[in-house]
Amino acid sequence: MIKEFTKGLFKENPIFVIALGLCPTLATSTMVINALGMGAGVIFVLVCSNIFISLLKNFIPDNVRIPAYIVVIASFVTIVQMVMEAYAPALYAALGVFVPLIVVNCIILGRAEAFANKNKVLPSILDGLGMGVGFTLALTLIALIREVLGSGTITLPGCVITVPVISIAPMRVIAFPAGALLVLGLLKAFFQYKEGRK
Amino acid sequence: MTFIGIIITYVFINNFILNQFMGMCPFIGVSKDYESAIGMGFAVTFVTSVASLTTWCIQHFLLVPFGLTYLQTITFILVIAALVQFVEMVVRKVSPSLYKSLGIFLPLITTNCAVLGIAIIAVGKNYNAIESFVAGFAAGLGFLLAIVLMSCIREKLADTDIPKPFKGVPIAFITASLMALAFMAFDAALLNNLIG
Repeated sequence: MIKEFTKGLFKENPIFVIALGLCPTLATSTMVINALGMGAGVIFVLVCSNIFISLLKNFIPDNVRIPAYIVVIASFVTIVQMVMEAYAPALYAALGVFVPLIVVNCIILGRAEAFANKNKVLPSILDGLGMGVGFTLALTLIALIREVLGSGTITLPGCVITVPVISIAPMRVIAFPAGALLVLGLLKAFFQYKEGRK
Repeated sequence: MTFIGIIITYVFINNFILNQFMGMCPFIGVSKDYESAIGMGFAVTFVTSVASLTTWCIQHFLLVPFGLTYLQTITFILVIAALVQFVEMVVRKVSPSLYKSLGIFLPLITTNCAVLGIAIIAVGKNYNAIESFVAGFAAGLGFLLAIVLMSCIREKLADTDIPKPFKGVPIAFITASLMALAFMAFDAALLNNLIG
C-alpha cells in the first residue's frame, strides 16, 4: 500500500521520469513561493479528483469517460481558484492564467485514466498524494535553482532569504523563459546519466 | 490594438511555446519529424482560432449576462472538448486525406494548454469578437512556427553524435532554450517601433 505513495516521489516522478505537466513546471518556477503554491493546488485537485473518479468508476459510461473526468477536475480547479483568490491574492496574481490551466495538466487526467478508474479509493488517494508531492518536489527544486541563480534570493511564505555573493550579480537569464528550458534540460540529462549508470 | 499588433504580439513577442510555455507536451512529443510537426501545428492553429471565437461568444452571451463568470473554467474546457470532437467529425467527413494526416493529433489538442490558455487570455484582455479570433489565430501561428523550427533542428540532431545523457528529451530542451534566447530579441520595444 505504501508503495502507491512512494512511487510518485522518485521512481515514477511525473516531471523528471514520465515528463508530464511541463507547462506549469516551466512557467511557475520563477520563485520558490510560486512553486509551492502551484504544488499545493495540484495536490488538492489530484487527490480530490482521484477520490471522486475512483468512487464513480462504476457509474461513468466508458465512451464519455474523458469529458466526465474533465468536469470533475474542472470543478475542483474552480474551488482552488476561488480559495486562492480570496486568501492569497498575491499568489493568484503571480500564477495568473496557470491556475485555471491546472485543468489541462496532463498529470491529473493521466492519473485518473491510468490509476483511479481501476483502483479502490484508498490506493487512489495515496497515488494522488504521491504523484502530487513528487510534482511539488520537482517543481520546487527547479524553482530553487532558478531563483538562487537568477535573482540571488529564496522567497518562502513570510520571509525572503538573500543569498550572499550571488545576489550582487545574479545570472538574470536563468529567471527568463530561456533559463527555465535550460535548467530543465540539464536536470533531465542528469537523471538520464544516473539512470544509465545503474 | 491593431490586428497587426495582436499578430506580432502572439507570434513573436509572447510566443506561446518559447515565452509562455503553453503547449510544451506536444512541442517536445511531436517535434521528432517535420511532417507530423506541420500537421500538429495546423491542427492547433485551426482549433485555437475557432475556440477563441466560440469561447468569446459563450463569455459575452451566456456567462456575463447570467452572472456565471465563476463557471468560466468548466464551461470553456467543455466547449473546447466538444469543439475538438466536432472538428474531428467534420474533417473526417469533408476531407479524408486531411483527416488521415491530422487525425491522430486532434484528440490530443483538448489537453493542449495553448487552446484553453488563449481563450482565457483573450477574455481577460477584453478583446472584441474579431480581435479574439485574430489572437487565437496568431497564437496558433506562433505554435506552428516554433514546432516547425524545432522539428527541422531535431531532424539534423538525429545524425549528430550527442553525449549519451543528453540524447532525446534533454537536448530538445536545451535547443528550445537557445531558441527562446533568440526570441528574447522580440520585445515590447519592437512593437512600439513597428506600429508606434
